[in-house]
Amino acid sequence: MRRVFLLAICVLSLGNVFAKDAAPLADDLVTEQRLISISEEMRCLVCQNESLAGSRSDLANDLRREIRILIKEGKSDDQIRSFMVERYGDFVLYRPPVKPVTWLLWIGPFVILGLGIAGLLMYLRRRNSRVPNVMLTDADNQKIDALLNASDKKEG
Amino acid sequence: MKAKFLIPLILFIGLVVFLAIGLNRDPHEVPSPLINKSAPAFELSQLADANKTFSPTSMKGQVWILNVWASWCVACREEHPVLVELAKSQMAPVIGLDYKDKREDALAMLAKQGNPYILSAFDGNGRVGIDYGVYGVPETYIIDQVGVIRFKHIGPLTMDLLNQKIYPLLNELKKS
Repeated sequence: MRRVFLLAICVLSLGNVFAKDAAPLADDLVTEQRLISISEEMRCLVCQNESLAGSRSDLANDLRREIRILIKEGKSDDQIRSFMVERYGDFVLYRPPVKPVTWLLWIGPFVILGLGIAGLLMYLRRRNSRVPNVMLTDADNQKIDALLNASDKKEG
Repeated sequence: MKAKFLIPLILFIGLVVFLAIGLNRDPHEVPSPLINKSAPAFELSQLADANKTFSPTSMKGQVWILNVWASWCVACREEHPVLVELAKSQMAPVIGLDYKDKREDALAMLAKQGNPYILSAFDGNGRVGIDYGVYGVPETYIIDQVGVIRFKHIGPLTMDLLNQKIYPLLNELKKS
């Protein structure tokens, strides 16, 4: 019984031998840091709420590998970004470039803010002009003074 | 003055329309920047015969379809009967790109389910897939006589899509 148990442990622990290796890091830290700074600004297309730097999807792995190769080839950050955009479109970038298609995206919120402020100003101005400009007569003033004095006395 | 009370209602209806459009769009369908660009060149070994290669340049002069698939891809199985139908129509040659797969798995799947492809190119490490901007298998490209990508579909093909979009487009492209 004991032997069977030992054998089972041996066989089961074999599984670890075949476990997947961790994804290889680049040999040098400089490459790795550039990889992170570039891929943090990019969207993983498989899990769209994750950055390319943080995603564990298979495609993200491949793309990080590809970016490492490009870095080693001496490509600039801009060249690497355009490599990605040529293949996956502006959507991979978390900061889309300013161009006619994205004008609405960039300027839209400010236009809406401007409209809101204009609307508010118009509303306030109209409300102000609607408040009647009452002229107080001397009699009114005396009445007001009397009322104010009365309340002062009460408090005093 | 009465119209003023309708303003919130109109704004609300506008909001509902925007949300309805937004909810019915698939966020995974990202417009490809490759439309109307030349199909990226590659040379890969064929799935069935590792000694033979395939390159898109060999398809110059005809309209053809490139379908990215893999044996591990569940949606590809769903798409499979539609591809068989597409191949049967003989509207255009269908070339497969076996993406990040194992040869034996891929061949086993074709043997079991039928092979709609004239041939499949074997992209074992997915490098060609990156050039084609593949991020969700299956993906389908229609490439014209001069090697320009004219249409891309992400996700499984459906009979509706064949009838409404792909057949008309193929007919139109073949005329030119």
